[in-house]
Amino acid sequence: MKFGVVVFPGSNCDHDAYHAVSKYLGQPVGFIWHKETDLSGFDAVIVPGGFSYGDYLRAGALARFSPVMKSINNFAAEGKYVFGICNGFQILCEAGLLPGALMRNAGLHFVCKHVNLRVENENTPFTSSYDNGHVLSIPIAHAEGNYACDDETFDSLEENGQIVFRYSDENGEVTDEANPNGARSNIAGICNQDRNVLGMMPHPERACEELLGSNDGRGMFSSLAASISRHSILQ
Amino acid sequence: MKAKVFVTLKPSVLDPQGKAIHHSIETLGYGNISDVRQGKYFEIALNGIADEESARQEIEQMAKDVLANPVIEDYRVEIES
Repeated sequence: MKFGVVVFPGSNCDHDAYHAVSKYLGQPVGFIWHKETDLSGFDAVIVPGGFSYGDYLRAGALARFSPVMKSINNFAAEGKYVFGICNGFQILCEAGLLPGALMRNAGLHFVCKHVNLRVENENTPFTSSYDNGHVLSIPIAHAEGNYACDDETFDSLEENGQIVFRYSDENGEVTDEANPNGARSNIAGICNQDRNVLGMMPHPERACEELLGSNDGRGMFSSLAASISRHSILQ
Repeated sequence: MKAKVFVTLKPSVLDPQGKAIHHSIETLGYGNISDVRQGKYFEIALNGIADEESARQEIEQMAKDVLANPVIEDYRVEIES
């Protein structure tokens, strides 16, 4: 099993993601410079947080044109796992791998704090270690995390169980007060229809040890590892 | 030839930056403003394109692919010869 972490000019959570995979999963992981196009040998690719291309034009808009993104498109189409975190989520939306868009936070400020997330769908390769309704404490750090989509897209997300995480209070109640950025229906993370591509604004890679305030993020990496193992047995 | 591209949020999309600007302008004493929407403006210099129609087609495509995110934004193209 091998994980890859994409590095764009301006990525700054690449080492955190690398650390989470190598230390907590104990799995091999490599960096993938955005100009590379060969993803053979990787089972999962993490598109990390940061400010790719300085967030010029729109967050994630220019990273979409990096050579590696074409390969990531094919990689996802083959059913392999793509995990976008924060700026990675913005990039996956801009690239059309996930529906919708991430807009400026409703409160206009950059918000950097621990938030509570309610697991909305445990039946994805990224969340199988959790149970539905499980409340996770995971940090956010973004200014453009306000998830937006049209009604039709929203209905299909709901119908297909593609809403994976919602911002909630510590009891799992999804309230306006618990929504840090104005995201539609408190959406914090979604997956594609096939469930092999997931994007989320919060940073699970920064919530992998108690010392940092929470290790609730580990489950996402262990779920992914378990899914890859299952997948390779089936093949 | 020159192209001007205006990118604006769709009317159905809330614009928190426009709201904040609206509020600030009102605080300065400008009382006759009912709404402010913020957008982006691009000036694109073209060469090698002879007619306006093909310039428009190319810029419209560019606006759709890159300059605007059609999920949340609209765009308008003007061509100046």
